[in-house]
Amino acid sequence: MTIGSLPPRYRISIDPVRCMECERCIENCSYGVFRRDGERILVNSRNCTACHRCIACCPRDAISLEEHPCDYRSHPLWTREAREAIYNQARTGRIILAGMGNALDYPVIFDRLVLDACQVTNPSLDPLREPIELLTHIGKKPARLDLRRREGGDVELGTSLTPNLRVETPIMIGHMSYGAISLNAQVAMARAAKETGTFMGTGEGGLHSAIYPYQDRMIVQVASGRFGVNIDYLERGAAIEIKIGQGAKPGIGGHLPGEKVCTEISRTRMIPEGSDAISPAPHHDIYSIEDLAQLVRALKEATEWKKPVFVKIAAVHNVAAIAAGIARSPADAVVVDGFRGGTGAAPRVFRDHVGIPIEAAVSSVDAKLRDQGIRNEISVIASGGIRGSADVAKAIALGADAVYIGTAALVAMGCRVCGNCYRGLCPWGIATQHPDLVERLNPDTASEQVANLIRAWTLELAELLGAAGINSIESMRGNRDRLRGYMLDESLMQVLDVKQVGA
Amino acid sequence: MDGSGIRQALSMMNERGSGEGAGYVAYGIYPDYRDCYALHVFFDNIRENKSVVDATLAQWGTIEHDEAIPTYDRPNLRAVHTPWRYFFKPDPSLAPASTSPEDDIVSALTMRVNTARRGALIFSSGKDVGVFKAGGWPEDVADFYRIEDYEGYTWLAHNRYPTNTPGWWGGAHPFNLLGWSVVHNGEITSYGTNRRYIESFGYTCTMFTDTEVVAYLIDLLVRRHGLEIDLAVRALAPPFWEEIDRMPEAEREWNRALRLTYAPAMMNGPFAIVAADAGTMIGFTDRTKLRPMVVGECGDRLYISSEEAAIRAMEPKVESITMPAAGEPVVGRVAP
Repeated sequence: MTIGSLPPRYRISIDPVRCMECERCIENCSYGVFRRDGERILVNSRNCTACHRCIACCPRDAISLEEHPCDYRSHPLWTREAREAIYNQARTGRIILAGMGNALDYPVIFDRLVLDACQVTNPSLDPLREPIELLTHIGKKPARLDLRRREGGDVELGTSLTPNLRVETPIMIGHMSYGAISLNAQVAMARAAKETGTFMGTGEGGLHSAIYPYQDRMIVQVASGRFGVNIDYLERGAAIEIKIGQGAKPGIGGHLPGEKVCTEISRTRMIPEGSDAISPAPHHDIYSIEDLAQLVRALKEATEWKKPVFVKIAAVHNVAAIAAGIARSPADAVVVDGFRGGTGAAPRVFRDHVGIPIEAAVSSVDAKLRDQGIRNEISVIASGGIRGSADVAKAIALGADAVYIGTAALVAMGCRVCGNCYRGLCPWGIATQHPDLVERLNPDTASEQVANLIRAWTLELAELLGAAGINSIESMRGNRDRLRGYMLDESLMQVLDVKQVGA
Repeated sequence: MDGSGIRQALSMMNERGSGEGAGYVAYGIYPDYRDCYALHVFFDNIRENKSVVDATLAQWGTIEHDEAIPTYDRPNLRAVHTPWRYFFKPDPSLAPASTSPEDDIVSALTMRVNTARRGALIFSSGKDVGVFKAGGWPEDVADFYRIEDYEGYTWLAHNRYPTNTPGWWGGAHPFNLLGWSVVHNGEITSYGTNRRYIESFGYTCTMFTDTEVVAYLIDLLVRRHGLEIDLAVRALAPPFWEEIDRMPEAEREWNRALRLTYAPAMMNGPFAIVAADAGTMIGFTDRTKLRPMVVGECGDRLYISSEEAAIRAMEPKVESITMPAAGEPVVGRVAP
């Protein structure tokens, strides 16, 4: 024995007094933690992922879960994760895969920013009684207008506007592909997007016919693998997004293991059944910024200049200059995905170590575009680690037009952020293609929950704006005067362009 | 009209001030120098700071005349600056790429001098117009400058209750850039957005107070982007989307375009604002009218004020008094 077995990560125990041996835990655990042995239910805690499915379905609260029941000798540098990665790689010689977002203990900048409210010198507004406008337009805007008054006094508009997406709330759902998530999960979110007047991304998985009823709320994605892309697909979407990179894994392409490529996915993605769908790291027709501008133009040309085209980039060190380059193309919006952005599957080393936080990225993108006098001409969508309405308000105050949520929408459907999405065994029916698991997710209930989440955040956002004496979302955009930094260092506050609390 | 009437009107509203800032602006007061830009400057110290401004102006044009603005000591007003005025003619050949070289030179010089913070602040820069302001009660400021000695055809005045920068003369209203002057009752909650927007066009905010940005936004929209003043005001205080959606198609389209294009210029928070240039006076409020605005008319005269009492003090025979609806601008044009 060289390495031997590692301490189990979780310990599941069943209280024999409470348990009534209904076996719901056995049925529900797709990782094989529970099995029946005569009169007893036996537990293999090593298989546990802390997905909480068993706890959620146990009618008697008989199951308890403990994290790290037997830990390593504590050490500040040689953490459990560091040691286990080495054991794992010493055994396999492979890259370690991981799911969800960045799991290292970086400080969360959002939690060091506080919002403002009015007292005395101006009245706070009451959203119950006064209008608060959250309507957001995503797309290219003119730099100035040709507005003239005719003889009779009528105003004549000489500038023609580019089509914009009209979004009822600045909260949109980001791109999660059919493949990474189940069709039920995608249908549920698409329906929620339609109900709440927002939009949702298809991811790089094409557009399944079950989504067609919601297609006017879908942003179709063109990524480096070009899976599912044809003229029909482009024409069905409300907008088109070119995915250059993703916050969870900047610099590399998407991963969908062949096991997940069933008949339906094969048809939607237009790839053979059972084949791995590994997207190239770059787009092989984009080796420069002018190549990107060409692709933007080509997609616009293909859809007769009727659809907004977004470009999504991962938040990397030079994100501001890259966004400024994108703003000079006919692209309508730049999506900036921070390093906390989630994923179905990514190499752990990328997920945890590559890229920068969305708070800093969106601040520097907004500032750079302003320096160049072109900020209002393009929309900025922030994504990657938006957990609540406060994060939405802070992202907008730092300069975003709107946000994409991903993980939060999955959590609204039951996801417990266990981080095992890449294994395809999601017991919640979200990140899986096993028919028996997929059918656990009822699209009717799930869509209502996602819609509720968006409605609830929208209400909270209206309250936050009203308290700040602002009755329209555009007056919050880039309004960093309404933020203060709490326990942030001076250089970071300069990047964020916020003052410290008390100043 | 000379300045005694508006002094009287403003004194009716002393309850709205705190004796820490007041000011006046008058159009048509410098007929002898009608073609020159009248630059009003606060010097911290004539000996040290004036030569820098003299040299800068000489570099960019000709100083036709300059002098101290006459002032008269008031017991309640501590003169922390020396107010000075230049009558300046910029040399248009120095900004050959510009379509309005003289205006561009003067506004750029104003920004440059004010940003440098070398004990000089240009607070008024239009032709045949002058701002007179200081820290103090309105009557004291009026008497300090003896504004009754000036004859103008349009007057704006303001009484300040400062919370941010008490006593700072630059922070008193009116704010002026080139032809446009602004007085403002309120607090702009969108200031952070507006300031960052206007600064991306080369303006620099130097007065530590929100109203400054209104003068620059009007300059940008009217002078540089060529919008008529009522359309510019509509961009600053646009109708709600709900109202825009109900408009007939052509009207809806241009209102939508205006709101989308100038979203970062839109002003939020409570305000009533009066702005003026050589030919116009316009009053407007925020979209829900969280600050008062009263309009009076008498013959060919237009009065806009926070309170009716002020109008009646100035024009006891006022013929009509109205209160415009939220967001509805009131425009007066100077008869040719």
